[in-house]
Formats: sequence, structure tokens, C-alpha cells
Amino acid sequence: MISLVWLIPAFPLAAFLVNGLFGRRWLGRLTGVIASVAVGLSALVSIGVFLEVLGGKTQTVVVPLYRWIAVGDFSINVSALVDPLSSTMLLVVTVVSFLIFVYSNGYMAHDAGFYRFFTWLSLFVFAMLILVMADNYLLMFVGWEGVGLCSYLLIGFWFERPAPYYAAKKAFVMNRIGDWGYTIGIITIFLAFGSMNFLDVFNRLQASAMPRDTLTLICVALFFGATGKSAQLPLYSWLPDAMEGPTPVSALIHAATMVTSGVYLVARSMPLFEAAGPSLQVVGIVGAITAIFAATIALVQFDIKRVMAYSTVSQLGYMFLALGVGAPAAAIFHLATHAFFKALLFLGSGSVIHGLGGEQDMRKMGGLRRKMPVTFWTMLVAGGALAALPPLAGFWSKDEILGAAFVNGQLILYAIGILTAVLTAFYVTRALWMTFYGEPRDHHLFDHAHESPRVMTLPLMALAVGSAVLGIVIGFPPEQGFVHRFLAPVVEAAGVAERTPELATIVALAVVSVVAGAIGIAIGLSMYVRHRPDPAALTRAAGPVYRVLVNKYYVDELYDHRFVEAARAFAGAAWAFDIHIIDGLANRLGWALAMGGQGLRRAQTGVVGNYALTIVAGLLLILVAYGGYAAGILGR
Amino acid sequence: MTVPLGAYIVVSAALFFIGCAGVLVRRNAVVILMCVELMLNAANLALVAFSRKYGSIDERGSVFVIFVFVIAAAEVAVGLGIILSAYRNRPVVDVDEIHQMRG
Repeated sequence: MISLVWLIPAFPLAAFLVNGLFGRRWLGRLTGVIASVAVGLSALVSIGVFLEVLGGKTQTVVVPLYRWIAVGDFSINVSALVDPLSSTMLLVVTVVSFLIFVYSNGYMAHDAGFYRFFTWLSLFVFAMLILVMADNYLLMFVGWEGVGLCSYLLIGFWFERPAPYYAAKKAFVMNRIGDWGYTIGIITIFLAFGSMNFLDVFNRLQASAMPRDTLTLICVALFFGATGKSAQLPLYSWLPDAMEGPTPVSALIHAATMVTSGVYLVARSMPLFEAAGPSLQVVGIVGAITAIFAATIALVQFDIKRVMAYSTVSQLGYMFLALGVGAPAAAIFHLATHAFFKALLFLGSGSVIHGLGGEQDMRKMGGLRRKMPVTFWTMLVAGGALAALPPLAGFWSKDEILGAAFVNGQLILYAIGILTAVLTAFYVTRALWMTFYGEPRDHHLFDHAHESPRVMTLPLMALAVGSAVLGIVIGFPPEQGFVHRFLAPVVEAAGVAERTPELATIVALAVVSVVAGAIGIAIGLSMYVRHRPDPAALTRAAGPVYRVLVNKYYVDELYDHRFVEAARAFAGAAWAFDIHIIDGLANRLGWALAMGGQGLRRAQTGVVGNYALTIVAGLLLILVAYGGYAAGILGR
Repeated sequence: MTVPLGAYIVVSAALFFIGCAGVLVRRNAVVILMCVELMLNAANLALVAFSRKYGSIDERGSVFVIFVFVIAAAEVAVGLGIILSAYRNRPVVDVDEIHQMRG
């Protein structure tokens, strides 16, 4: 089955080509079915590959496809690296993608761009799979750019309106800034190691002592790339705006798959980070700060998708925190569970939005649990998982991250993590309460609300099952669960010494986590059910703090002021230089030639006599000149 | 009796300047063409004379005269063609009247 690994990206690529070439004219609604079936087949092959890696003796297999670049000794192949890490990612990506594809058939049913949607979405899955499967940094970069492109196209899917168009541009530009870091990273890797192949680089890393500064440069540059793709500080602010795209896109690209590629990049490069020392600290600190930073913004948002977006930023922060404290297995574990429950939260939000005819403001919702029971129950499961309630998936993975932070002595990061857990539980409670409980706040919307069709609720249920049991299935017992044993070879290869805490510590940490979640939920319920304290009164009391949070710490304004305006001014100057100097030069030259021509055309009288006279005059001139010359020679 | 070289040269120069003056002052296109022929033949005369005086056995100068004949024949053909078609367009042969090519 591993030898068939190239089938996994081949199916979505085929779906992309078929839908893109024939979708508009002939296939129409069939494009959704084609794309879904293709990704479903990919998911089946992924399961096969995963099982074979699970049962196989050799756990790292390179499946070459063809040689891409060959210059002297240096060559880059298009090859798939199949190991526990990539096979896990393949499985998560294809399974979640498949469910979201099925859901999209219902969600996008009334959209004029139906075929376009599935074309781009198929291309996205293809690029994401290339990113995950790549056995070298350059091929990974191809996938990395591919997902960025598809993200741009899909955020701006409704480009008729200005907001999605601007959001798409913002996402693309911010990703490009991150890509700059990635590029610096891979160029430095090439200069330092003479190869871009993962396995070669890691082998040479062990064989020879690299200067630490070089490694630190590589790691910081790669991590900068990861902050762009995975929406970490300082490059996070595109992700909330990316919610202008269709909700399945938010679920697939901006929650489950693409934004986790930064985590995957760091996890894949773990040997480098491990060897480079302080760069892992940077990863952990940035992750922790992002986690709490985004969680505080999520507290006060009213757009249901924005709450989820900031929550995603925050949860990605957790994953980087895990990487930073040297627990890549926990990070990948959380990546997998998060893919399920966050995709579910987004799809559930999408179901609500669909049922309300496009309304996203939670202040106009309320009481929807009777109208949309399936959406309600599945989102409740996902919300519980996000709030890390046992025994749901998020509990096991988040607990491992916090446990790893604790036993590795990163107590400050641990404290930030716990505080974030309280905030997370609070905003989930708030969002779910405002949407599903209480009295309907907009009766017109409420009366027209309806449960989504089966094609949308079935994927919700499937994801709910995953959100509920995935944690306990692959994460139990804590720190020694299946996911740990499965990823152990990768972790060991990275030279990470994962410390396994004692049972008492594990239980104590779990209790602390649960209490943190319970506190958050309790505060949420107290505020929104019993109005103690009343949210509105609290808002007034908090005053300036509230304003800062609602305005997202004014980061967008800061960026506008500091960078966007400067970039605009520079672009304006460049434009003026182009128009006045470059174009001016060309235009003046042309003008001078035209004027010269105007003057010279007077010489062309068209009268034969004039020409004859000119010829004779010229002849005489030559004769006189030659005569003078000859006389000069003879006279000497 | 031998005619001295100087006489040939004088005749040739006279012919050439008559032709040249004709080209410059006459307005009838056919006459201009004839004057051009006159100039060409003045040059031919000079060529033949010099060839006779200084030439060795191969008579290189006379060969040039043959070339000039051929060129002149072609030139007359083209020139008359142009004059004819200009005449068809507008029935004049006065070159001062034909100045549609003015820039």
C-alpha cells in the first residue's frame, strides 16, 4: 500500500483537472460528487498507508516518483517520505477533508460558483498532501505555496463583495511575509548542509557539528515561516479576516489543515530545532503568548465565526507551546484532535449560518437548540472538546501539552496554558449559549431557522464521534497512549527526550486542567444564564479594557499605521518614479524624434528638380573637398 | 592622324555638363531622361578614351562601357515606365507639377 502513496494526491489532482476543465459547461452539480469521491478514495488509501506503517517493520519509507532537479551532485526528487508523522498527517487531512467535502455539497448548493468552489478545494487538498508527503524542503515549499494560493482563492471566493477580496489580499500578503522566512530558512539549509532532503539534512546534522548560530538562523527563519502559515504572533491577523470565505473553507483550510502546516513544519524539523537550543524556547514563548492573546480577543467577539477563528489561533498557539517544550507528539496529537473538533465547530457554525440565511451575529441568534437539534448536539460535543472536558478529545491532547510544559519545568508557560484554558472554556460557553440557549433575540430570523439537510448533518455527526472518542482512543493512557508509541520513532530520531511523569503527577495535572475548564464554564454560565455579573454591566465596568479587546488590541490599526501606510507611501513613490522618470524619459525621447522628423520632412519637396540640384551640389562639394585634399598632398 | 587625349576629355566634359544642365533646368520628364543618357555616354566616352590610351591588351575600360550600357538600358526602361504610369494618373509630363511625394 505504501508504494501506492502517490495515489493519495493523484485523486484530488484528477478531480481538480476534471472539475476545472469540464465543470462549468457540462458537470455542474456533479463537480461536488466527483471531488468528494476523489477525496474519499484518497482517505481510503491513506488509511491503508497508515495501517501499513503501523504494522510495518521499516517505519520510514521514501517512495520516489521522479527526479525533479539535478545539478551536479545536488539533486532533488519528487519523493514521498512515509513515516509515522506524515502518515498521521495524511490520515487527518484526507479524512477531515472528505467529511468537509460532503458537507460542502449541501452548504454550497445554492451558490453560483459551485463548480469553482470544488475545483479550488480539490486543488487545495492536492497541495496540502504534497506539503505533507514531501521528502525535502523544496517540494514541501511547493505544497506550502500551493495551499497559500488556494487559501487566497477561497477566501476571496465571493470576490464580488469588497470585504472577501481585501481579506484574501491580506492573507496572501501576510503569508508572503512568512514565506520570506521559509525561503531564508531553506536557502540557509542548502548552504549549510548541501542538501534539502529531510533525511540527508538530519543525518549530516548528526555526522558533523554545525555552528550553533547557523542552526539558530535556520530555525528562527523556518519558525517565522510557520508563524505566517499558522497564524501566530506577529503574523496572525489575516486568519480572523479569512472568515470572509465560505464556512467549509474556514473549517478545512483555516482550522483543520493548512494552518497546522506550520506545526507540521516545526515537528518535521524537530532535529534542527533540538540541536539549535534557544530557538525552541522562542517557539514555546510565541506559542504561549499567542494562545492567551487570541483567547482574550475571542472573549468579546460577536461574530460566531470570528470567535472560532481566534480560538483557532489560540489552539495553534498551544501546539507551538507543545513543540517549544519538546513534546512534538503532544503537538501532533492536539493537531489531530483539534482538526476534528474545530472543523466541527466551524461546520456547526456554518450550519447555523445556513439555517439563518447568512446571519453570523450571535446577538441575533438564541434559542436555536430546538430548531437545530443535530447541529446543537454535535457542536456541544465539539465545544466540550475545545473546553477540554473529559473524556472528550480535547481534554487528552491539551492535558498532554500542559503536562509536558509542567514536567519540563516551563512553569510560566504552564501557567499561561492553564489561564488560557479558563478563557477558552469561557468563550466556548458564551458562544454556544448565545447561539442555542436563551430566548430568540431576532424572531424573524428564528421563525425561518431550519435544520440543515442530511448531507450536512451526517458529516457533523461523524466529526462529533471523532471529537468525542479520538482522544481516548489514541491518547489513553496519558503520555503513553497509542499516538505516543506510534510517533516514538520520529521523536527519538529528533533526539527529544520526552519525560514521562508519574501517575500521581498526571492525575494532579488533569485535575487542575479540569478545574480550570470548569471555572471557565461556570463563569460563562453564571454571566449568561443568571446575569451575575451581568455581561452588559461588566462591559461598562471594564470600559477601556473592553474597548481594547473589542478592537483586537488595535493590532490591525498598528499594522496599518506602521507597515501598510509605509508600504503604500513607498509604492506611491515607486509609481511616481515610474510615471515621471522612466515613462518621462521614454516619452521625451519619442517626442524629440517626432519633432526632428517634423523638421526634416520639409526637405522632401517631392519636386524632381530639387533632388537633382541637391545631388549636383553634393557632387560639387565632394569635388571641391577632394580637390583641396589633393592640392594639399601635392603641395607638400 | 591621331586625336589627342585632351580633345576626348574636353568633348566628354562638355557632354557631361550639357546633360547635367539639362537635368537641372528642363521640366519635361522625357527630356530629363535623355539628358541623363547624355551624361552616361559622356562618361562612356571618357572611359573608352582612357582605355585606349593607357589600357593594356585586356581593354578593361571598354568592358565598363558595356556595363554602363546595360545599366542605362535598364534605367531607361524603369524611368519610362514611371513616366508612363505617372502620365496615366495625371496627363502631365512636367516634373514640377508632379510633387505628390512631398513630405
